[in-house]
Amino acid sequence: MAQEHLNLTHMSIEFPTPSGPFKALDDIDLLINKGEFVSLIGHSGCGKSTVLNIVAGLYQATTGGVILDGKEVNEPGPDRAVVFQNHSLLPWLSAYENVELAVKQVFKGRKTRQEMKEWIEHNLHLVHMDHAMHKRPSEISGGMKQRVGIARALAMEPKVLLMDEPFGALDALTRAHMQDSLIEIQSRLNNTVIMITHDVDEAVLLSDRIVMMTNGPAATIGEVLDIELPRPRNRVELADNKDYNHLRAQVLKFLYERQRKPDEAA
Amino acid sequence: MMFKKPEKINWGMLLNNIFHKLGIPVIAAGIFMVLWSVTASHIETSLGQVPGPVMVWQQAMTLYQEHKDERKKEAAFYARQEKRNAAKLLKDPNAKTRIRSYPGKATYIDQIFTSITTVLTGFIIAALIAIPIGIISGLNGTIYNAINPLIQTFKPVSPLAWLPIVTIIVSAVYVSDDPMFSKSFVTSAITVTLCTIWPIIINTTVGVSSVDKDLVNVSKVLRLHWFTHVVKIVLPSSIPMMFAGLRVSLGIGWMVLIAAEMLAQNPGLGKFVWDEFQNGSSNSMARIMVAVFTIGIIGYVLDRFMLTLQRSVSWDKSAVLR
Repeated sequence: MAQEHLNLTHMSIEFPTPSGPFKALDDIDLLINKGEFVSLIGHSGCGKSTVLNIVAGLYQATTGGVILDGKEVNEPGPDRAVVFQNHSLLPWLSAYENVELAVKQVFKGRKTRQEMKEWIEHNLHLVHMDHAMHKRPSEISGGMKQRVGIARALAMEPKVLLMDEPFGALDALTRAHMQDSLIEIQSRLNNTVIMITHDVDEAVLLSDRIVMMTNGPAATIGEVLDIELPRPRNRVELADNKDYNHLRAQVLKFLYERQRKPDEAA
Repeated sequence: MMFKKPEKINWGMLLNNIFHKLGIPVIAAGIFMVLWSVTASHIETSLGQVPGPVMVWQQAMTLYQEHKDERKKEAAFYARQEKRNAAKLLKDPNAKTRIRSYPGKATYIDQIFTSITTVLTGFIIAALIAIPIGIISGLNGTIYNAINPLIQTFKPVSPLAWLPIVTIIVSAVYVSDDPMFSKSFVTSAITVTLCTIWPIIINTTVGVSSVDKDLVNVSKVLRLHWFTHVVKIVLPSSIPMMFAGLRVSLGIGWMVLIAAEMLAQNPGLGKFVWDEFQNGSSNSMARIMVAVFTIGIIGYVLDRFMLTLQRSVSWDKSAVLR
């Protein structure tokens, strides 16, 4: 048996509040293989981001934990690069300099200055940002900022790429474009990815597996759906695909019948 | 669609623009002058009539003339000495010669420069102390909680309350046979420091502690060294707030300085105002008003200078700074 890659073992987290501890997550248990693309889907407020933050090391699980390649995750680090929802680029640095900050930190002493430059440019090329490399975040569009954010994360050569609703703030067309880019990048690099989304199409289109979460408090994994659609996937072809639509319907049923938001159920 | 290149300058719009930018302020200033001279002519004081714009202008010219005369006298004084020394050396090549410094009084222009030097000294000292403190207390909540009550207590204290204490301490501590700076200068500058340090600390703290949480997370994921974190993330993102604080502080410092100079007798604009007040001649009020305008204009220039600096260091070029 191959060694397990990323293991979320019986993870629970409680946040202290003035009226006693609040249990946000309860017994999250998930095994992720190398090169697997996993989406976390659920209603807002169900603790998807909390799961991601624990894997990133930004939060500590109260019980259970995360094991990456046989080592427990206790603190944030560049082996688990995060793509944040609102790009989180440093506004005073150009796209190139933003990636450079990460590359210099991760490859200090391992790459020469020239190699670093090539590596930064390579990653910006990967997300099709060569033309605006030296522009600042305020000078480029939302989609372009998110591309740079992805380039920065990829440039860290992470073991796991964590994406927190990476396209949530973008308009529908830009989002579709970005998803296509991500499919293309993923087919080349075959990273292990955990992506949070609340977009059903996005989840089915991109994932190998969709993890559907129940509503909080004490949210946990409701169902796991394997997406065995052949790759490379094409959104236009899939639109008429029976399997695709069936999978899509399954996610929708989970979200809107079994896990209807309590305040919407009334 | 093609845009036609305008063949003629739109004179109407240009004139309208000039009128708004230039005409309106000039008209407003004119109305102010008229109201001033009418009101002034109706108020009699023990020193005669309150001066109107014309008298103030005359006094400004007089002050400048006095400055030029004084400089001429000074030049003549040194020329005389040199001539005398040259003559001495001609008689006896080994004769000892020396140049005595000019004993004349400081002119109005000299006083202006003394004031500017004093305020900048006090302000720079304040910035050098306050910025590091602000950064530390912005990064560390415990330190912030520890020093915040102290800062809030000292912040509203008037310079007039600090001054006696500073004067006494400077007299006791700053003792030297050949002092580099006069005591009045040190006292005034320190008083400026004591009043300008608080807004800088507060603004720097706010700027540093309000760094975007996502950017802090980026720094954590990258495992940036704390020093790199401060230099690459904290400082750039708090620079706009920091400079807003510095600008407010310099404004406060300039106001404080005039009061401090009056009491500390530092030979600047504050002392000038005080001396004219004590002098009580028929010209005194007009001369004080010259000082009022000078203080105002220099304060304005200092503020514009800080604004330019703020614009040049701020990464957010789209922010509107006034």
